Amino acid sequence: MTITPVLTKRWNLERSWELTTYERTDGYRALAKALRKHPDELIQLVKDSGLRGRGGAGFPTGMKWGFIPQNDGKPHYLVVNADEGEPGTCRDLPLMMADPHSLIEGIIIASFAVRANFAAIYIRGEAVHALRRLQYAAVEAREKGYLGKNILGSGFDLDLVVHSGAGAYICGEETALLDSLEGYRGQPRLKPPFPATHGLYASPTVVNNVGTLATVPHIVLNGPEWHKDLIANEASAKSPGTSIYSLSGRIKRPGQYEAPMGTTLRTLLELAGGMREGHTLKFWTPGGSSTPMFTDAHLDVPLDFDSVAAAGSMNGTSAVMIFDDSDCVVRCVMKWIEFYHHESCGKCTPCREGNYWMAQVLQRLEGGQGTEEDLQTLLDTCDNILGRSFCALGDGATSPVMSSMKYFRDEYIQHVRDGKCPFGNARVMAGAH
Amino acid sequence: MKTQNADTLDWYEPEFRSEITGKAAEIIARYPEGKSRSALLPMLHLTQAYEGYVSASGIAFCAETLGLTKAEVAAVATFYTMYKRRPTGEYLVSVCTNTMCGVLGGDEIYAALKEQLGVGHDETTPDGKITLEHAECLAACDYAPVVTVNYEYFDQQDTESGLKLAQDLIDGKRPQPTRGAPLCSFKEMSMQIAGFLDPRPEARAADAVGEPTLAGLHQKKGKRPVTSSKAEPPMVLTEPALDKKPAGDTKMPGKGEK
Repeated sequence: MTITPVLTKRWNLERSWELTTYERTDGYRALAKALRKHPDELIQLVKDSGLRGRGGAGFPTGMKWGFIPQNDGKPHYLVVNADEGEPGTCRDLPLMMADPHSLIEGIIIASFAVRANFAAIYIRGEAVHALRRLQYAAVEAREKGYLGKNILGSGFDLDLVVHSGAGAYICGEETALLDSLEGYRGQPRLKPPFPATHGLYASPTVVNNVGTLATVPHIVLNGPEWHKDLIANEASAKSPGTSIYSLSGRIKRPGQYEAPMGTTLRTLLELAGGMREGHTLKFWTPGGSSTPMFTDAHLDVPLDFDSVAAAGSMNGTSAVMIFDDSDCVVRCVMKWIEFYHHESCGKCTPCREGNYWMAQVLQRLEGGQGTEEDLQTLLDTCDNILGRSFCALGDGATSPVMSSMKYFRDEYIQHVRDGKCPFGNARVMAGAH
Repeated sequence: MKTQNADTLDWYEPEFRSEITGKAAEIIARYPEGKSRSALLPMLHLTQAYEGYVSASGIAFCAETLGLTKAEVAAVATFYTMYKRRPTGEYLVSVCTNTMCGVLGGDEIYAALKEQLGVGHDETTPDGKITLEHAECLAACDYAPVVTVNYEYFDQQDTESGLKLAQDLIDGKRPQPTRGAPLCSFKEMSMQIAGFLDPRPEARAADAVGEPTLAGLHQKKGKRPVTSSKAEPPMVLTEPALDKKPAGDTKMPGKGEK
């Protein structure tokens, strides 16, 4: 069992996004089942399933729900992080476009479990077609009594708002997202206190990723043991479930491949038809640009949270960007750092200034005007960002720099010695930024 | 149409004024009571739906409606990339030049469009039709390189198709995006982003599933037959968009064949 459609199982159906299609394929059956349980039972069920957050950090979902204080007299909130924007990451948008009701059903069940009566989907502003899908799905769900007052006669009420962002990668950071949702600049908050006690409007709040919540109805219907068995590799036992691996780049068939956690790049490459003709794998990211890059030495690393961490990177969002022997690693890292520089919110000095300077040093290196000293300057700058910035954006920016320097230092030096990019990229680069 | 005085709402002509005030009230009502500031981001999109950018008057309108200072609103408006500070063209053309799209051809597409349109990043053609920008990751890496027009996807582009796309827009045509709904104007799109339902049935019905989205499923089940299992005939985009411009009247080269 390699391709294992759970989250993707409806994507190929006719008018997959409509309520009638969803209901015909088990849709909202999990909700009816969940509403007959005690909320605490649902939290325990999700804990037992071993589900870990799909937004990148892999935090145990049931434990997060369990952190919400009960009987505290405050309103509780559920906020969905649909601000997909990590370079390489492209699985939440297809899910929301093809199967929006699976997310909405997960939201209702999660809200019931943590006793939230107001939920918000914070979707990135550019995702207009996914936005349409969610808005129409919410209308359909409300008309059918899945949202609103006294859902399915249970006495449980839930309002859902679909809220568009306005173009800021930092809002994928959960506390920046909350500030943005409250109408402020999207800048991260100091933690603690954590959103579990002081989240949206300073009240207890769960922030979950799209894929995490869309998995919940399947766990409610099929049970925690079913979910725990969804692994490709014994080493992945602590990261059960499927992951939608998003393959992009220099391969024959880029796309979305849903497989059990722990699937290796070697297997994924076979599914995707391999590298494009006449080229070989050079470097790849296991989970987006903020996760240290791997090389062809890592083809057999089980892609789950713990195994990837043990191999020196992060599973992140399973955003597998694949580059081959025609790609210049310095150019790629330069473009990623230009991204972090653009998206740094400016709140903390290490990230704001560090990325500003790193972008310039990398532009100089790629343009053939760098020195060997620049390499040390980059590593020193990373030292001043990593662990010293306010949130994970700064830490993430150091990943491509440090990992590329680790595996491809010679290529940086070649740029310096030759006084130009060995891949002849100078002309193209001048056009872009 | 506008006065230069940003301190008043006179800029909003009477027929707009009641309309925009009503829409702002609808936005505020979406959020819990007493939490009206949450309406600020959608309201800034709303002002763009009327003006095509966030003007000083738009900032004043948001501030007055939500009981904030103009400085507080401006601080938010200037933080986010999608709030434009100058009038935006009818079409916002965004070329992804982040790493994956960039190395697969996005950089070349962007350079070619700059030359063709004679504008740089965040600049608009003199006729007010097209605003060009290079964008950060648009979350469609499996379709790289991607270009969006008013945030609708044109997938797997190259320099030739990118130039054709821009030329069609210059010529007043509305090419059909590779996935998703037919194009509408930047202002109409801003209204949707402010949270108001897209009224076009063809937008609601538009499929958004391309080959990369189904790549894994096709490995599992064998490829979907070319004739497609879908019972419905392919959608013919003959309905005009809201502003009566023809929608989807131009196919992308090589992208329209099934």
